[in-house]
Amino acid sequence: MSQPEPITPGSFDPAAMLAQARRGHIVALGLRYIAHGEDWCEGALDYDRRLVSDPASGILASGPIVSLMDTLAAMSVWIKRGVRSPQATLDLRVDYLRPAKPGATVFGRAECYRLTRRIAFVRGVAHDGDESDPVAHVAGTFMLTDQG
Amino acid sequence: MTKKVRLLPYADFLGVRIDGIADVDGGAPLLAMPFSEGLIGGPGRLHGGAIAGLLEIAAIAAIDATLEDEGQNARAIFKPITATVDFMRPGLLVDSYARAEVIRVGNRIANVAVEAWQDDPERPIAAARINIAISAPAANEG
Repeated sequence: MSQPEPITPGSFDPAAMLAQARRGHIVALGLRYIAHGEDWCEGALDYDRRLVSDPASGILASGPIVSLMDTLAAMSVWIKRGVRSPQATLDLRVDYLRPAKPGATVFGRAECYRLTRRIAFVRGVAHDGDESDPVAHVAGTFMLTDQG
Repeated sequence: MTKKVRLLPYADFLGVRIDGIADVDGGAPLLAMPFSEGLIGGPGRLHGGAIAGLLEIAAIAAIDATLEDEGQNARAIFKPITATVDFMRPGLLVDSYARAEVIRVGNRIANVAVEAWQDDPERPIAAARINIAISAPAANEG
C-alpha cells in the first residue's frame, strides 16, 4: 500500500495554473480564473460566437459549459488536496436549467465536498450574471490515480 | 434519400466533422474529432470537456438525422436537458470518434445513448446518456 504523498495546504494555485497555461483546451476556450477558497474554485467563460449551438439564436452550446465546470471541479479537488495530483474524471452529470443568455459571460463555481482515499466528490453551479438564476448544475466524481 | 445533417458551430471549434452515415442504426452519423492542440487537458490527455462536447454533438446529430427535412430555414432547435457522462479510459492525443443511438424520439424529448472511442470501437473512452428537448424552429423559443 502506498503512502499518501505529503500535502502542503494551499500549495496548489489555480490562478497560476491558468495564467501559465499556453496551450490546450482551457486556453482555446479562454477560461479565466476568478477566485478560490479552501475547497472551491470560481472561473469564467467569456461569450464567443465560435461556441454557439445555433447561429440564429446565438445560444452557447452546452459543451463549453461542461468544459468550464469539469476544469473548475478538477481544480477544486487539487485545491482541497493542496497538490496537483493525477486524477481522472469518473463521471459527470449536468442539468441544463436554461440556456445562457447570448453575449453573456458564464461564471462557474465548483466545490469538492467530499474526499476519500480514492474518490473525490464534486458539485457545481454555472450562471450568467445572477447566482440565484443558474444555467446549469453539475455533480461528478474524480478517481485519484496516485492512491493505492 | 439521406437527410443532410448539419453540425453546430461549436463542432467547428472542436474540429468535429461527419465521417460517414451508417446504413444501419437509423442512419446515425459517425463523427470524427481529429486530434488538435486545442483539445488537450492534462499532460498527454484530451480534456474531458472536449470529449463530452463530442458526445453531445453526436447525440444532436443522431436526432437531427431522424427528423424529417423541412428545408433550410426550418431547422429544429435542440436543447440538452440532462447529460450523464462516464469516462472509462483516458483520452489519448489521437483522433476520437463517436456515434449515438437514439433510444426514443418523441415530439418534445429525445433520449440518446452515445459512445466515444479512439483506436477500437469495442474499447470506448467515454459514454453518455443525454436527454434533449426538441423545439420547433422560430416559435416556441424559451
